[in-house]
Amino acid sequence: MIEVKGTVHPDVKAKVDAKSWFYTDEVRDHFFNPKNILKTQKEATEYEAISDGVGEVGSPACGDMMKIWIKVDSDSDKIKECKWQTFGCASAIASTSIMSEMVIENGGMTITQALALKPHDIVERLHGLPARKFHCSVLGDKALSAAINNYFFKSGQKDRIIVSKGAEIVDKILKITDKDIEEAVLEGAHDFEAVQKKTKVGVQDKTCIPRVKELIEFYKDKYYG
Amino acid sequence: METYFDHSATTYLRPEVTQVMNKYLEDEYGNPGSFHYKGLKAKLALGAAREKIAKIIGCDPSEIIFTGGGTESCNLAIKGLTKSKKKGHIITSSIEHHAVTDTCDYLERHEGFDVTYVGVDKDGIVDVEQVRKAIREDTILISIMYANNEIGTIQPIKEISEIAKDKGIVFHTDACQASGSLDIDVRNIGVDMMTLNASKIYGPKGVGLLYVRKGIRLVPLIHGGGQENNRRSGTENVPGIIGFAEALELAQAEKDSESARLKEIRDYLIKRVVDEIPESWLNGHAEKRLANNANITFLNIEGEAIILLMNEHEIYVSSGSACTSKTLDPSHVIVAMGMPYEAAHGSIRFTLGKRNTKKDVDKLMEVLPDIIEKLRGISPVHLKAEEIR
Repeated sequence: MIEVKGTVHPDVKAKVDAKSWFYTDEVRDHFFNPKNILKTQKEATEYEAISDGVGEVGSPACGDMMKIWIKVDSDSDKIKECKWQTFGCASAIASTSIMSEMVIENGGMTITQALALKPHDIVERLHGLPARKFHCSVLGDKALSAAINNYFFKSGQKDRIIVSKGAEIVDKILKITDKDIEEAVLEGAHDFEAVQKKTKVGVQDKTCIPRVKELIEFYKDKYYG
Repeated sequence: METYFDHSATTYLRPEVTQVMNKYLEDEYGNPGSFHYKGLKAKLALGAAREKIAKIIGCDPSEIIFTGGGTESCNLAIKGLTKSKKKGHIITSSIEHHAVTDTCDYLERHEGFDVTYVGVDKDGIVDVEQVRKAIREDTILISIMYANNEIGTIQPIKEISEIAKDKGIVFHTDACQASGSLDIDVRNIGVDMMTLNASKIYGPKGVGLLYVRKGIRLVPLIHGGGQENNRRSGTENVPGIIGFAEALELAQAEKDSESARLKEIRDYLIKRVVDEIPESWLNGHAEKRLANNANITFLNIEGEAIILLMNEHEIYVSSGSACTSKTLDPSHVIVAMGMPYEAAHGSIRFTLGKRNTKKDVDKLMEVLPDIIEKLRGISPVHLKAEEIR
C-alpha cells in the first residue's frame, strides 16, 4: 500500500493519514486477502460436488454477482463451511468474505442464526460501507439465504424452505424483497431514487417499480408517519 | 514510481506553464478591473492571453469567454443560448460528457425544451444521417462533442457543422479532449460555439473558455461585475488564463509530433493487452480515436476491483464500471455503442500523456495479466466474448 501522509495543507483540517484508503481497513483487508474463497473455476466446480447447498444472486449485467456454497452438519444444524465467488467491486468482495467468516466462526452458525443475519450486521463488521455500496452487503446476505434454501431442498427438508426470509420478492432479477425496501427506508432513503441507489431495485426489473414506490410510501407512513 | 494512465481525467502542469503562471500568482497579482497600474498590468496580460488563444483557434478575441472550466463552458453554451428562447429543440448525442447530457436533461425536465439524443454506431461514432434526420423546424441547437472522453472516438464535426450551417442552427462542440491533438481552428471545423479547457493539456484546473461566434446571443449564467463583456461575471482568473494560453499554444504547436509519439505507445499497449489477455477487446473505433486513448473491456470481472488492484502498483487508470460512478450506472458511452452492461462494467480506460513511454506499458504488463487472472478466478461469471459482442 502506498503511504499517503501528512495534511493536505496546514490550513486544511482533514488529515490524510498513512492508512487512508477508499474503504475501511476491514474492507481493504478482505478485498486483498479474501477468506474462504474458491480461487478458480476448477475449485468451484469441485467444491460444488461436495457442498450441501449452493446459492446465487445478481447478474454480471448489474455489476454484482455472488455465488455461495455451504456445508452443513445435519446433527447440530450448523454451517461448517461457507465458500464463495464474487463478480463485483471491492465492497462486494469484502462483504461476501466477511460474511463467510461470520457464518463459520465459533463452530459455525446454526441455520436459524444464519437466516437471521442482516445486511446491517455485515456492514457493521466491515466498520461501514459507503451508502451507495450498501447493496453489496444485501446481495451477500441474499446469496447465503439462497444457499440455505438449496440445502433444505437437497436434504429433503422441504417444510423448512422459505421464499426469502418470509418476504415478498419485488425485484425478480436481483431478488430484492419488501424487507430490503423496508431496510432502505429505515436507513433514510425516502424516495424511489434514493431506495434504488441503496438497493439497485428496478435497475433491471423495471416492472417492479410501481410496487416499490407503493412499499416506500407504506414504510414511510409506518415509521415516519 | 507511479505510472499515470489517466490523462483524460486531468494532467500535471508542464513546467513552461507553471513558470508563466508564477509571475501572475506572486508578482503581477492585480485585478484587471482595478483602476491603477497593478490592475492595468494584469489587464494587459489577460488581453495578450486572449489574443494568443484567438490566434490559435482562428477567431476574434472578443469571441472568447473565459470560464471556470469545461463544465461551465458547456452549461453556458447550452443554457445561455436556450435561455434567450422560450422553447425549442436541441439535438445532442448519446455519448456526450455529463456536462452536456445533464444540462440538456435539465432543460427538458424543467424548462420545457425537447431533446433528441442521436445514437452512435458500434464503433462509437455519431451517425451524421441521424443528426440530419433529427432536425426539426424548431431546432435551435446541436451540441456534439469533438472527441469522446471515455473511448476517444473522434466525431465527424465538420460534416455536422455543414448540416447545421445549411439549416441555420447553432452548433456547439465540446472540444475538451481534442485540443491536445486535433485541429481546433474554428474556421476549419466550422463550429459556432466551442468549449475548451486547460486541465487536459498540462494547464491549470478550473479554467476553460467558450468560443462564441459573433452574432450569437447568450444569456449569462453568472451575474455580477460584468466581466467578459457582461457574459461571465467574476474577477478573471488571470494566472489560470495565462497558463491556459501557454498550455494551448504548446499543445497545438506539438500536436503532430506528440500525437505520433503517443499513438505508437498506445498501439503497443493495445496490442500487448489484447494479445496477452484473453477475452479482452478494444472499445471504440480503431483509427478514428485520440492518439492517447485505449479503452479495453476485460470480460467477467468488474472495473473497480481492477482499478484498486492496479492502484497498489501505483498504476492509475479509470473505468466505465457502475461501481466507480456516483449513480451506479455503467458507462453510458459503452452502452450507447450497443455493448451489453456486462462489457461496460469491465471496461478500463488508459489515457496516455507526456510522461508516458513504452516502458510504462511494459510495467503495466508485468502486473495486469495476474490481476485479471486473479479476479477472473474468483468470479462466478464465465461468459465468452463471442457470446455477448
